[in-house]
Amino acid sequence: MLRAGGRAALRVGSRGWEPGPGGRRHCSSGPDGLKQTPLHAFHRQQGGRMVNFAGWSMPVQYTLGHLESHLHTRRLCSLFDVSHMLQTKVFGRDRVTFMESLVVGDIAELKPDQGTLSLFTNEEGGILDDLIVTSTSEQHLYVVSNAGCRDKDWALMQGQAQELRAAGGDVHLEVSENALLALQGPSAARVLQAGVLDDLSKLPFMSSAVMGVFGVPGCRVTRCGYTGEDGVEISVPADRAVELAELLLRDPQVQLAGLAARDSLRLEAGLCLYGNDIDETTTPVEAALTWTLGKRRRVAMDFPGATVIVPQIKGKVKRKRVGLTSTGPPIRPHMPILSPEGRPIGEVTSGCPSPCLKKNVAMGYVEGEHSRVGTVLAVEVRKKSYPAMVTKMPFVPTRYHTLK
Amino acid sequence: MALRALRRVGAGLAPLCPGRCGPLSSAWPGWAQAASARSLGTSPLLWSARKFTDKHEWVSVENGIGTVGISNFAQEALGDVVYCSLPEIGTKLNKQDEFGALESVKAASELYSPLTGEVTEINTALADNPGLVNKSCYEDGWLIKMTVDNPSELNELMSEDAYEKFIKSIED
Repeated sequence: MLRAGGRAALRVGSRGWEPGPGGRRHCSSGPDGLKQTPLHAFHRQQGGRMVNFAGWSMPVQYTLGHLESHLHTRRLCSLFDVSHMLQTKVFGRDRVTFMESLVVGDIAELKPDQGTLSLFTNEEGGILDDLIVTSTSEQHLYVVSNAGCRDKDWALMQGQAQELRAAGGDVHLEVSENALLALQGPSAARVLQAGVLDDLSKLPFMSSAVMGVFGVPGCRVTRCGYTGEDGVEISVPADRAVELAELLLRDPQVQLAGLAARDSLRLEAGLCLYGNDIDETTTPVEAALTWTLGKRRRVAMDFPGATVIVPQIKGKVKRKRVGLTSTGPPIRPHMPILSPEGRPIGEVTSGCPSPCLKKNVAMGYVEGEHSRVGTVLAVEVRKKSYPAMVTKMPFVPTRYHTLK
Repeated sequence: MALRALRRVGAGLAPLCPGRCGPLSSAWPGWAQAASARSLGTSPLLWSARKFTDKHEWVSVENGIGTVGISNFAQEALGDVVYCSLPEIGTKLNKQDEFGALESVKAASELYSPLTGEVTEINTALADNPGLVNKSCYEDGWLIKMTVDNPSELNELMSEDAYEKFIKSIED
């Protein structure tokens, strides 16, 4: 049970080791029962306002404030602690077969050190989680999945690995104890380049490499993120995480950012938040994530829920995830979406005032026939109806680093 | 206002002192009691020092009109205000009625009327400059003005001192 505020929480709590996935010690728990990343004390020292996110004590913002932090990320760059996410390594000769038995993507076709966004699905075609799978050139797959689904995903992967081994397959899993730092924004690459020997201009979006970063050896650097900007996620040994964060912050263009900015940035970029925009009741086609379904996999129909999902690609879906923009009062989750005639046709799943666009942006599901870009619908905000237009996402153009 | 943002764990507590909003001292301390005493009669209440609700709104009365805003504690917890939903002039409010909301990027916080009365004016400067609520919560960032239909309701609100004790007790 979360104890609000309180001086007790100011003690740096390292008692109470929690067995993480696989029965191994992963992270410490504070006196409030929340899990702590390796940067917990560092966040508090830096003025982080800590909140409970998925059972973790995480910084929602620092002294810069939400709005400034968001804008700073798009102007220069921000550093986020995302160590709460689950990092899993999949080893073994059958690791690709294993992974494909759980996700919708063409994993076998990934080039060495290439990654992709993919989805765990269930037999009903619903999404169990979204994740990034990277096929490393070090004989393992590197998988990053959501903190809120940690236990669920671990049980899913372990269960499937055990089944595969029982059938004679060769696969085993390892949870990475590393911290994970995200450096995001137009100057992220320049900041990072000063601390690495690799030529980052040759590391395109969704590719990964292991390198020393500002003297910390063996960091996995992946060109990806959750903001729509260029940037990286750096997997760093836990005992060097604070050191690396401090070294990155030596560049005056880098500011710490928390979960508040993370959420408004990803929404402007049109990226889904599991639990809000996608969940076990939404199929990839309904969620406008058809592109994650591998070309080969659609034909083979060899992923969970394929018999539900594949027919939806050419056929009709009852509802579709769309982007909405409006002016007036901000649109928030659970607000009803109405047809032009005022009939409820869906619900908002994410929404906020966009710091960059100075209008409201939102995502929600609407009946298929009302999902065309440009359709003017309405959203009910505190019992009054305001027009909202179906808008193409991303709302703010993305600036991923691609090799042309 | 509904301050969900108040639930916090650990350090990073907002400072208790008014900070950017300026000191909370009453301009005419001796007159406060005199002014309130007059309200016990049938004449309308003309003036009252700033009083606070447990939902972090404040109201002060001048020439019979109440000006309503949110406290420094509230604006700190809310973060940058990006949109103000305010009622129309003429709206009749009962004490504790929801009369609008202040929106930060993250969430909306509802506003509750400290008194019973009719809205006479809204702060139109907030349409283009909602950040005034953060920068000047007791002055330029006022929200609405309203009539004071039941002056005795002011006695049910907290004085500045009582409010400061109140917020200390929530933060513990």
